[in-house]
Parts: sequence; structure tokens; C-alpha cells
Amino acid sequence: MSQNGSWYIVSALVENKPGVLFRITNLFRARNFNIDSITVGITEQPDLSRMTITTKSDEKTLDQLVKQLRKLIDVVEVKVLDTDKSVFRELALIKMKAVDPTTRSEIMNYASVFRGNIIDIGKETMTVEITGTPDKIDAFKSLVEQYGITQLARTGVSALPRGAEL
Amino acid sequence: MTGAKALIHALEKEGVDVVFGLPGGANLPIYDALVGANLRHVLVRHEQSAAHMADGYARIKRKAGVCFATSGPGATNIVTGLATAYADSSPVVAVTGQVPLAMIGKDAFQETDIIGISNPCTKYAFQPRTAVEIPETVKKAFYISESGRPGPVLVDIPKDVQQATADMHFPDLIKVRGYNPTTDADMSEIGRAVELLLKAERPIIMAGGGVILSGAFPELQALAELMMIPVVTTFKGKGAFPENHPLAMGPIGMHGHAEANKIILEADCILAVGARFSDRSVGRFDEFGKGMSIIHMDIDPAEIGKNKSVDVAIVGDVKSSLRTLVKWLSKKITKRDAEDPWLRRRKELIQYYQETIKDYPREITAKKSIKKLRELLPANAIATTEVGQCQMWASLHFDVITPGTFFSSTGLGTMGFGFPASIGAKAARPQVPVVDIAGDGSFNMTENSLAVSVLEKLPVIVFLMNNYMLGMVAQWQRTFYNRRYSGVHQHRCPDYVKIAEAYGAQGIRAQSMAELENAIKTALKSDVATVIDIPIDPDEDVYPFVAPGSSLKDMITGA
Ligand SMILES: Cc1cc2nc3c(=O)[nH]c(=O)nc-3n(C[C@H](O)[C@H](O)[C@H](O)COP(=O)(O)OP(=O)(O)OC[C@H]3O[C@@H](n4cnc5c(N)ncnc54)[C@H](O)[C@@H]3O)c2cc1C
Ligand SMILES: Cc1ncc(C[n+]2csc(CCOP(=O)(O)OP(=O)(O)O)c2C)c(N)n1
Ligand SMILES: [Mg+2]
Repeated sequence: MSQNGSWYIVSALVENKPGVLFRITNLFRARNFNIDSITVGITEQPDLSRMTITTKSDEKTLDQLVKQLRKLIDVVEVKVLDTDKSVFRELALIKMKAVDPTTRSEIMNYASVFRGNIIDIGKETMTVEITGTPDKIDAFKSLVEQYGITQLARTGVSALPRGAEL
Repeated sequence: MTGAKALIHALEKEGVDVVFGLPGGANLPIYDALVGANLRHVLVRHEQSAAHMADGYARIKRKAGVCFATSGPGATNIVTGLATAYADSSPVVAVTGQVPLAMIGKDAFQETDIIGISNPCTKYAFQPRTAVEIPETVKKAFYISESGRPGPVLVDIPKDVQQATADMHFPDLIKVRGYNPTTDADMSEIGRAVELLLKAERPIIMAGGGVILSGAFPELQALAELMMIPVVTTFKGKGAFPENHPLAMGPIGMHGHAEANKIILEADCILAVGARFSDRSVGRFDEFGKGMSIIHMDIDPAEIGKNKSVDVAIVGDVKSSLRTLVKWLSKKITKRDAEDPWLRRRKELIQYYQETIKDYPREITAKKSIKKLRELLPANAIATTEVGQCQMWASLHFDVITPGTFFSSTGLGTMGFGFPASIGAKAARPQVPVVDIAGDGSFNMTENSLAVSVLEKLPVIVFLMNNYMLGMVAQWQRTFYNRRYSGVHQHRCPDYVKIAEAYGAQGIRAQSMAELENAIKTALKSDVATVIDIPIDPDEDVYPFVAPGSSLKDMITGA
């Protein structure tokens, strides 16, 4: 599937029961849909999970992705979120080499500018927790790359429409 | 009541009168519950055939066919059948046994993850974990399988769940939250379709499998006759419209009728009714329908714009959409008369190709045999096919007169489908003759169903176009690989008359048209299955032919 196109956030409410994630990811694989990230978690309703999928795709492919998702029996609702009218966040944990005091204080400065937290300090490493849009996390990552990132974990995007939007 | 008993009772409540299957360790409780049940069990010789029989039954009854298999190899054996039904949107409910709950995930004997394996080829799969869930699960399985765009549904029941007892409640109504198929079309879209159709000078109807699935035969015919529009079909839609009708043009596509392929290129407006623009029917997506307006009627929103962008999309059951369309149009239409240039063009094309496409020069050929078969069968006989040249010859030369009496494995093209499916069709409608237009290679794959046909008194006719060759593959090797044959010869093995006789069926070899005529007449009178072995020349090709990846305009007619 096409690598170019725009970035979309697809939000789906799905049955909270075993096998649902499998059915969805199997659909993506079988139909060749490219997914950047996928997150799942419980919602205000105990029998429903919310799944947030981000994908870079052209409009035609996105249309198919949404329609094929809707076709799945376990998928209750699917929406493409308008990025201007929704809030979306990702969390990243970034561990980097930080031995000498200058490096350590530089990292602490960057982290505070990005409203991140230092959540772990070892003899030779520091771990920063940072939350924001994927762009913001990318920006932070490129700033600290110079110190040597030893491990990195990102959650993928979670999103909700703003205010009264449903 | 045990889970197994609840299953059987739930099936009876769904009106199931026959199940096709084969037992094993993991579905013993189900087979025990079958004893004394109010439904017929047809024991198969291979589970793949059970699924095809259920599928053939479903295509004729237009309600779900049911098959049973045990866990592990029993379950994997039905997968080809499920994939076949899925590709052709056929309602099949398959019930498999599974190892006991506590053994799942332990690589138990005959454990297989059939839910995972069948996922891409089922509409849904259930695994009830308590006996009490079974009645509702069965109800949901039938609802999902038969409604909307139909398809196969699997119910995988662990053995201990079959054995457990519970107070059962059999619901009459169920709801599936995430599943709400559209049935009634959007009126504004129908309005736009009316405008396009009225404006069109050279409209054409392209009827697909959706018309057959919905049984919208009278509605389709009413529309065609109201507007006097020529009707082509997809191969899956073959017989959605009577092929002896003065507006009929037959199937389009890779092996479509030449006149159908030609006329659709000359149209200015295509009304696609329950068709999914498959590569086999339309050739190259980008070239098909260029410069024409396209109206697409389909029950599945995901089909809209999947292969082909269209001007107007009418999502809903074609039976109701067509009815509305006819109602709206009948107020506005002035009928095309027979002198209309578009209808004259239709006649011209048919005549042109009748004169140019030459017959293969032999005493007995596929074309002549199939035409003879049609001539001798009653109009309401059911025909199905195997896969390959035999199938395409059936498409080209077997005119379906009563709508909905022809079907084939079209989407998956499963060799070995036709014979067991014909037995399923016979179970669904025992009073009419059922014929499988077969190839030798395909028949080989499920010929052991002869035992089922004979023992269960479900006599069908196997009309074997015998070239002792995987003929369709051989044709491609002739055409695209400079006649380098590889892996296609069957070396005159086996003797099909003896095969038939070994099972207690009737085998007749027909080597001339006179012998063939007698054989067909004998078969029609017979109360056991008859295999008519018709030796044909292995070099006979199917024409017309549109090479894969080409446009319909690049059709080779062999003339
Ligand atoms: C050897 C071989 C050669 C073939 N050659 C050709 C060929 O030359 N030409 C050809 O056309 N095909 C050919 N096929 C078949 C081809 O592969 C496809 O199976 C076929 O074209 C699909 O037909 P269809 O579009 O009618 O779709 P189907 O598979 O029948 O799909 C039906 C469509 O109708 C919709 N639908 C279902 N129920 C309803 C309802 N109630 N109301 C509204 N819509 C509904 C479904 O959503 C779906 O979109 C060949 C197959 C084989 C094996
Ligand atoms: C299960 C399966 N295996 C392989 C194929 C590929 N295939 C398509 S047509 C064909 C030849 C069919 O031979 P036969 O049944 O004798 O029919 P013929 O073409 O000779 O009329 C083959 C091997 C298939 N469609 N299905
Ligand atoms: Mg053959």
C-alpha cells in the first residue's frame, strides 16, 4: 500500500473480549494496510475497548481500511478523527547514555523544556518519560540522539475528539 | 440438557433438515446427540466434501447449509470448503469439535487453532466456553451467516462444553451489537441513478452473484424489460437472468461471451447489480468503464469503490433497491423499441460472433456435448461445474433458463467443488435433475463422494468432459509457455466407468453424439448417480480468451 499520503487517526470502539485484536491485525495484514501504531485499552464502558490506529495513507486506502474495519462483527463503531478537532497523545520512554555531569544536566534541561520527567538514573544512563504528539516526541528524540539512545519504547497514539464532539 | 443436545435442538429450531459431516473424538457427544434427532445426517468420506455439500445445499435453498467435523485434521479438512463459500458469499455454518477447554493451548492430541486458521475465510467464528451459551451462539451463527452479504460461520465447541449440562434457554431474537447490515437503500442515490439511466443512450445491466443471493430475479427482469436494456452477467451472476431471453447477452470477462465483452465496451452507462468488479469479469480496473457512467448496487458498503470508483452507489439489498428503481422509472420512461439502434447493435454483435467463432472440428466436442445436455435437460434442472475448461465451456454453452439453477465455485475456483456441491443441491431440491459439468482432474479430487451419492440416494449426473488433462493449465501452457507442458497429463488414469461401478453407481462412456444422447437419457431415468465419461480432444481450447491483466478489448476469439 502507498507510503505517501496524509497521516490519519482512526478511532474504533470494539468488543472487549478475547480474539478481537487478532481479528483486526489479521485484517490489516491480509489486506495490506500499513499501520504506524495501534493502541487498545478499556473505556468508560466495561464491555468496550477503544482502539486508536494511526496510519499514513491515501484517501482511497483509508476509505477501504475504515469500511473493512466496520465490516468486522466485533467492531462497533469506527471514526476517522479530525486532527484539528481532537486531542491525541503518545508516551515515550527514552533511555540514553549519560555519564558525565554536563551531559546529565543538558538532558535534564531538555526534558524540562519538553515537560518530560526523569524517571530513572543509573550509573551510566538516564531514562526520560515524555508525553505529547508524535511530532513532539520525534523532536525530543532527535535532540538527545547525540548522547546515544540505548533503549526506546513508545506507546503509540491514544486519541479522543475535543469538547462536545463525539 | 447437555451442550451437544442443545446444539442439535438449536439446529432443529433453525429449520435445518440435513447436516453433512464425519465424526471423531472431539465431536462424539454431538454425534451421540444426533441419535433420534429430527434431522438427517449425511456421512461423507472427506470433510472438505461435507463443507461443499453444505455450500451447494445453501446456494439452492438460499439458507445456511450445515456441516460437522471433528477437531484437528477434521477441522482443517473443511477449511477449503469454508474459503470456497467465503469467496462466493455462500451461507455455511460449520460446527467443529475442539479439545476440552483445559487442554486448549497445550498442543493436545488433535488440537488445532481452527479459530485462527479459519479467520480470513469466515465471516465470523465462535467458540462457546460454557454449555449455556450454545443456543444463543447457534442463533447468532445463522443470523450472521445468512443476513447482509452471506458467508460461512464457524462454531468450534470444546468437547467438555458439549458434555456439560445447563438449563437452556433458546432465544427467538438476538442482537449483535457490531453487526447491522444495510438492507434499504438511500432514496437520494436511487434518484441519481434514475437520472443517469434516463439520460443514457446505450445503457447496460451487469448482473452479478448478488442478484442470485438475493433472489431478485423478477425485479431484475422487470427493470430490463421496462427499459429494454441488454443484460450481461458476471460468471457468478450467470443465470441471474434467463439466458434465452431476448435481452440476454451472457457472461462477460476472461472467458465471457464475445458479444457480451464487446457490447459492454460500447455502453455509455453500466448498472452493476450485486457484482464486485472482479478482475476476472472486468479485466484491468483502470480501463474498464472508461468514459462511461457507472451505477453500483451492492449490499456491502466495502465493495463500493474497492476495485472501481463509481458515479452512483446504492447500498442495500438489490431486491428492494431494484423494486424502488423500477417504481420510479416506470413513471418516467418511454420504452426503447426494437428498432432502437442500441438493441439493433445487440443483435448484430450476436450474429457476428455466431458466424466468426468456428467450432472445433471433431465428432464430439465440449461445446456440442454441453449444448446437447441443455437440450435434453428440463428447464428447471440444476447445473453446477468443476473448475477449468469444463467450467468455462459450461459458462459459454450451457444456457440457464430458470434463474438461480446454476452455480459454480467462481471466486476461489476450487477443483472438486462441483460434485459434492451437486449432492448438496440434490438434497435441497430432490425433485429436479442435478448435473455436475465436470473435468477429470477436478472430479478426481472428490470422486469418493460417489459413495455418499449412492448410499444416501442422492443421485446426480457427473457430465465428465474427459481430456485426461489438467486442461485449463495446459491451455495456458500452450498460449503463454510455447506448448511446454509441465505437470498436466493424467495419462488415461483412472477408468471412470469402472470408478463409478466400484461405488455402485452407473458409468457410461459416450464416444459419439448418438451415444451421448442415449447416455443422458439413461442418466435422467436412473435412480443412482451416473458418470457419463465423454472423451474429448485434449487440444480443444476455450475461446474467447482475455489474457490476465489485459483489457476486455484485447479479447482473443480464436477465429
Ligand atoms: C477458471 C475461472 C474463470 C473465470 N472467468 C470469469 C469470467 O470470464 N468472467 C467473470 O465474470 N468471472 C469469471 N470467474 C469468476 C470470478 O473469479 C469471480 O468469482 C466473479 O467474477 C465474481 O462475480 P460477482 O462480481 O458477481 O461477485 P460475487 O462474488 O457473486 O459477489 C456478489 C456481490 O454482490 C453483493 N451482494 C451479495 N448479496 C447481495 C444482496 N442481497 N443485494 C445486493 N448485493 C449483494 C456482494 O456484496 C458482492 O459484492 C472465473 C472463475 C474461474 C475459477
Ligand atoms: C484445488 C485446485 N488446485 C489447482 C487448481 C488450478 N487449476 C485450475 S483449472 C485446473 C485444471 C482442471 O482440470 P480438469 O478438472 O480436468 O478440467 P479441464 O480444465 O481439463 O476441463 C487446475 C489444476 C485449482 N483451481 N484448484
Ligand atoms: Mg481435464
